[in-house]
Amino acid sequence: MLRISNLHAALEDEMKPILNGLDLCVKDGEVHAIMGPNGSGKSTLSYVLSGREGYVVTGGQVELDGRDILEMEPEERAVAGLFLAFQYPVEIPGVGNMTFMRTALNALRKARGLPERSAAEFLRLVRSKAKQLHVSPDMLKRPVNYGFSGGEKKRNEILQMAILEPKMCILDETDSGLDIDAVRQVAAGVNSLRGPGRSILLITHYQRLLNYVEPDVVHILVDGRIVETGGPELALKVEDTGYNALQACEA
Amino acid sequence: MNSSTSPLASEVPLATARNRAAAFVAQAGYPKRGQEYWKFTDPSPLNSIREPVEGFNGPGGGMRQDASSRGERNRHKTSDQPTPQQGAPLSPLSLFSAIDRSIIDVSGKLTAIDPSRCQIENGSVCILRQADLPEHSWVSQTYGVLELEAQSPVPRTLASANTWLAETGICIWANGQNSRPIELRYRTSPGETDVLIHHVFRIDAGASLTVMETGTPASRINKVIEVEIDDGGEFNHVQVQGREHDRVSSGHIFARLGSESVFRSFTLTANGSMTRNECVVTLAGDRASAHVAGAAVGDRDFHHDDTVFVTHAGQDCESRQVFKKVLRNGAVGVFQGKILVKPGAQKTDGYQLSQGLLLDELCQFLAKPELEIYADDVVCSHGSTCGTVDTDALFYLRSRGITETHAQDILALAFLMQALDEIADPRISDALRELLANWLARHHQ
Repeated sequence: MLRISNLHAALEDEMKPILNGLDLCVKDGEVHAIMGPNGSGKSTLSYVLSGREGYVVTGGQVELDGRDILEMEPEERAVAGLFLAFQYPVEIPGVGNMTFMRTALNALRKARGLPERSAAEFLRLVRSKAKQLHVSPDMLKRPVNYGFSGGEKKRNEILQMAILEPKMCILDETDSGLDIDAVRQVAAGVNSLRGPGRSILLITHYQRLLNYVEPDVVHILVDGRIVETGGPELALKVEDTGYNALQACEA
Repeated sequence: MNSSTSPLASEVPLATARNRAAAFVAQAGYPKRGQEYWKFTDPSPLNSIREPVEGFNGPGGGMRQDASSRGERNRHKTSDQPTPQQGAPLSPLSLFSAIDRSIIDVSGKLTAIDPSRCQIENGSVCILRQADLPEHSWVSQTYGVLELEAQSPVPRTLASANTWLAETGICIWANGQNSRPIELRYRTSPGETDVLIHHVFRIDAGASLTVMETGTPASRINKVIEVEIDDGGEFNHVQVQGREHDRVSSGHIFARLGSESVFRSFTLTANGSMTRNECVVTLAGDRASAHVAGAAVGDRDFHHDDTVFVTHAGQDCESRQVFKKVLRNGAVGVFQGKILVKPGAQKTDGYQLSQGLLLDELCQFLAKPELEIYADDVVCSHGSTCGTVDTDALFYLRSRGITETHAQDILALAFLMQALDEIADPRISDALRELLANWLARHHQ
């Protein structure tokens, strides 16, 4: 599904290298977790993959289903099946949440040569998904993420994921800033979206989320490179020993 | 209805005001570039009105001659017509078609109105040319009166010239609630390139009226609206200025509010090489409310100036000014807004917001917000910002599959929504939002 080979990337303004030869391969239907200390390049990875401005790729390749995505615009990556659940979902006053989601779904469908969903069809779809994910009708009526609590914002990201049905989901610190009940709710949403044809990359600081969304593979990211890969037990080990031990090994 | 009219007014209906205005024009002169009140806008395209050849002889005289000599301005063929593949934008004809309303067609040559098309539930309607008739003598009690009051501290000579010379206008006296809006639908008469329009609206105590203006009466327009709202009255106003690129327009709204009355005015402007919209509102009674708002969208040869002056004279009044402009390809937006709180106008709540969204580095948004406060128990705030599209929001939308141009349109429309929210009737704001969305979709780099 997603193959990252020897990826190097830097901040455009400072040309400061952040990713230093990152390799990663996520197969169809798998859930991978990337853990790493502050400044290791976790969020940079999510932005580089989704095509945010301000970063420059200085080497390597990223393929989604065999297609090079690095030359694509962010919207083309979405059409190709990539989805980023933001660490800090953006508030957009003046744009209704429902209108936004319908516009996004129809933009994707149009680009893929599919007929657009009518307002009535979309309403049925969004209502059923919202119910599953504990998104209140009120959240659908409000402007995008505007005035949402931390938990509401993250649930709204998962709702978009459910509606847009991407192949490759990157969840950037989806658990950050959430209380334990909110983490459980979000995790339940993510679990409901697991399955063949959809892979998930969880980026997280802490092992906590992985208690609720059990990954197939865990990677440890330090200084812009994967320094260790293992099963769910690796996350527990890091929780126990900390990242410094790994950095020391690497050195 | 004319029982309160003074004998003098019914004998010489508008002549007093016209003569006074003519004298004011002669004394004050037309605005010039560089004057403080025209700091950001060159008035010359607006003020080249020629004086009547043989002195003023009542309505008529000068403007007809002026119009025929300015035939070169009649270039409406460059209006912003959509191409078929860009969807089906609303034409001015269908803009408010979902709203049950009375329509009055207004052109510079308006000499009569069809009474069946302009019925008002509670009140009466006449055209300015009929103000000479005894039954309409009420018009003279307001005509030119509010304009004159607004000539200090800053002369507004374009409005005086209008009072002096205007032939066309609609006068509405609302003496009860009117739930059905009146649409004044402007038409350009063949050969008419310059037009002066002067409307007079009088809202009695407890009465209400909604007036909507659509269409374009000429390529150069000088318009004045005077609104007198008595205690507890309510006046709602929406005007749509679109879509000709060559349109040159100067507009003044003068409103005086009695106690517990409500005034709301919203202006949408799309295109127009030169637009100056002035709004002068006086909250004379206590506990009155005035909302003045506008949304403007311009591309290339577009200069749009909102100049607002709100005076709080009564106590416990509220005023809001919300102006938003989306500018593209070197378009220029101007906002000059003032809140004056007079001595004794305690418990005033004044708010003013002006924002420009610049879609490229060639555009300009020039703002001069002012507060002048002579009372000590007031809340007044103003904010003026100018910036580009929020890159975080743009990326968020694009990451969901929405193209960059579409995402930019969505954000520009969202930016304008705060001004549209000032419109009381959601049917009107929905129609205008669609008009703006279509405009944005048609105007990409």
